[in-house]
Amino acid sequence: MAESLTKQVAATKVQVTVNGVEREAEVEPRTLLVHFLRDQLGLTGTHVGCDTSQCGACVVNVNGLTTKSCTMFAVQAQGATIQTIEGLTPGEGGFHPMQEAFWEEHGLQCGFCTPGMIMSSISLLERNPNPTEEEIRHGLEGNICRCTGYENIVKAVQYAAARRGGTDSGD
Amino acid sequence: MYPASFEYHRASSVADAIARIAENPDAKILAGGYSLIPAMKLRLAQPGELVDLGGIPELKGIIVDGGARIGAMSTYDELRDHAELAALYPILPEVINVIGDQQVRAHGTIGGSLAHNDPAADMTAVFLALKGEVVAQGSAGERTIAADDLFVEFWTTSLNPDEIITEVRLLAPSAGARMTYEKHAHPASGYAIAGIAVVLSTSGGIVDAARIAITGVTTVPTRAKAAESALVGKALDTSSIAAAVAVVADDLEINGDHHASVEYRTHLLKVHTGRALTRLQDS
Repeated sequence: MAESLTKQVAATKVQVTVNGVEREAEVEPRTLLVHFLRDQLGLTGTHVGCDTSQCGACVVNVNGLTTKSCTMFAVQAQGATIQTIEGLTPGEGGFHPMQEAFWEEHGLQCGFCTPGMIMSSISLLERNPNPTEEEIRHGLEGNICRCTGYENIVKAVQYAAARRGGTDSGD
Repeated sequence: MYPASFEYHRASSVADAIARIAENPDAKILAGGYSLIPAMKLRLAQPGELVDLGGIPELKGIIVDGGARIGAMSTYDELRDHAELAALYPILPEVINVIGDQQVRAHGTIGGSLAHNDPAADMTAVFLALKGEVVAQGSAGERTIAADDLFVEFWTTSLNPDEIITEVRLLAPSAGARMTYEKHAHPASGYAIAGIAVVLSTSGGIVDAARIAITGVTTVPTRAKAAESALVGKALDTSSIAAAVAVVADDLEINGDHHASVEYRTHLLKVHTGRALTRLQDS
């Protein structure tokens, strides 16, 4: 154990496209994707909540897959296309439709889980554009809101689905 | 949390990956990562090297040809979204729906789950009930391992240290096969406290074959052979289901831990076996 704790491993170069911009940095193999995004690229919209793969505050999109960025090493993302919460509104002002939905339905309280909730919700509607309430709750099981604001989060996803031409939000 | 330092190797082929793990006994295979990486962050696992299978196209892909051949790095979502596979083995979308969360289903792989052999995993029991087999490649070549011979002890399989699961094979289901998965999930983790996979077929209203595999209950996924025997040769009805439930825990060494005592787990096993069989009776 002592040996592996002190072992020096050379940093390797990782090149990724984040929110449409090519980025490159040197990382140790053990650097988690979330720390690469936050500490090396300065994209602090992606949060570290539990750091044990449960809460989903760190969810980003990697090559089209919803991903807990605390459960992936940055080196695994070599060559990948990544979208984070910052990438939803390129250009000045305006909201992504899912952000607008969270705004309209007040799908947040303290806001800590919100970046992950929004990223997971966007992936959810891509997989299933017309989800039932049960499917929304099941699809968001990997995201925890410690304010327990789930009711309005579910309403926000229904609102976004309706605006996309999916389900009637029931309002 | 940072894991202990390790060397990282993105394997370019199966042969390349085998060469690396054969050379370095301290290396571990990285598949979807949703079991291994959390274990590394908690320093429960401290491999000196990770050999990443994420860049090997030959480990992807699903072929349905009566039975099924599934590339080991196929993800749960890829299995669930494969219409032909889901039609042939409806138990697959059913079980995948209750594995982990959506991020696990997007990244977790069938080969990774079987090689990891978590004692409370879901897919292991389904694979055992479906009487699948894995193709393993290693320094000594290729061999197949039947489901009944794969799971040895918790987190331990009969794979040699230099072998990698490359493919998962499923037999063609018998005509009129019925299958289902039922579990009592831990309310926080979602892992199975008691999971039951049933695959059976009937002929002229009589059960002619049954495989019942359980997970979360014993140290390895195990067949409940006494319950299987109680069904074969009988009609699947209230009376045969009651007989199977009565003996389902026979000859099994049931786990007790801080999540559930031996008595409680045994009770859950019986309740959920009854529910699974009743669902098949009604289907």
